[in-house]
Amino acid sequence: MFGIEALSGSMQAVVLVGLVLSEAIALYVGYGGLVRLVGPTVVNALGGE
Amino acid sequence: MEVLGIGLALLVLFVGFGVLIGILFGFFGMGGSFLVTPALIVMGYPTRVAVGSGLAFVFGTSVIGALRHRSLGQVDYKLAALMTVSVTAGIEAGKTVVLTLESMGLADTVISVAYVGLLGLVGAFVVYDSRGSSDDEDADAADDEESPGLFSGIRLPPMVSLMGAPSVSLWVILTVGLVVGVLAGFLGVGGGFLLMPAMMYGFGVPAAVAVGTDILQITISGGVGSFLYAQSGGVDLSIVAPLLAGSALGARIGTAATSLVDEDGIKIYFGLMLVGGAVAVAVRQVGNNYGLDVLNTVSLVIIVGSAVLVSGAVVYNSVRELRHRRVEQQQSSA
Repeated sequence: MFGIEALSGSMQAVVLVGLVLSEAIALYVGYGGLVRLVGPTVVNALGGE
Repeated sequence: MEVLGIGLALLVLFVGFGVLIGILFGFFGMGGSFLVTPALIVMGYPTRVAVGSGLAFVFGTSVIGALRHRSLGQVDYKLAALMTVSVTAGIEAGKTVVLTLESMGLADTVISVAYVGLLGLVGAFVVYDSRGSSDDEDADAADDEESPGLFSGIRLPPMVSLMGAPSVSLWVILTVGLVVGVLAGFLGVGGGFLLMPAMMYGFGVPAAVAVGTDILQITISGGVGSFLYAQSGGVDLSIVAPLLAGSALGARIGTAATSLVDEDGIKIYFGLMLVGGAVAVAVRQVGNNYGLDVLNTVSLVIIVGSAVLVSGAVVYNSVRELRHRRVEQQQSSA
């Protein structure tokens, strides 16, 4: 899975930590954009408007 | 159908559980990892994978937290650097103990017992704290002004001067870091629940500096811990990726809820949820000892169910407050 099985133990660990770091940054940016885009609409809808 | 190497149902479960954990972490500011490792253990993952993946999840969550707090950041880099040295040593020690116990076939039992103790103690403390929190507001305000720190009386040289605090013995800082590191390496928790009070009440560091330093420290120790566990195949990305995707969204909901709902009203349920986590791990251990598979299901239901109840209470109260404010707004403009 993820094509990293062939790497050595330490290199695989570096890639895994890098993947988690990349995902975290991507989620921060992605959800940040999503919240700016649809956040006010969702809050209004939940508020009963 | 498989996505990321796991079945779709499991993927949805991980994302959903991540959302719940994220709401709790975003709202209460702690406990992001308290239920992840126990849930993975209860689900039957090897202890090494449960702890390692829990640490990788802590790492991802704290990276997002650090990005969010970067503009507010009041970080004591000297304290963070010193902590990093001792936390790393502690993680390595904790991991070695886990791998040794695993080779002896004892890891599951020992870590389960440790989790029962940890969740039970922290949960009981949160319940106790929430019951007395309203009486303590004046005391808290006094604490915020200037506290010398419980450990400032230990004058074992060399002394280290900290941002906004009296100087603290290097050995005290290293010992606290080591304890947090061992806990992280042994149980896969970030250690924020220990670091924050240690820095604020132990070292006398102001709350704002403690928050910034804490999140930087957990990011570093989570990264180091993930690397050390990943070296021995203890990090499963098919667990971490969906959990993180869910928790990043949940944390935004939980953070937004803090401006709508008073934490003190719900904190007691958070404490009870942690106690519920301790009960779940104990139930599962009893099930294992007596070969009762049904208890595994019961313990998973307790963990997920209590997380659903408490995060549901946060969301429900937020929506109710949102509607209440809207009605008030309409009445005042009419």
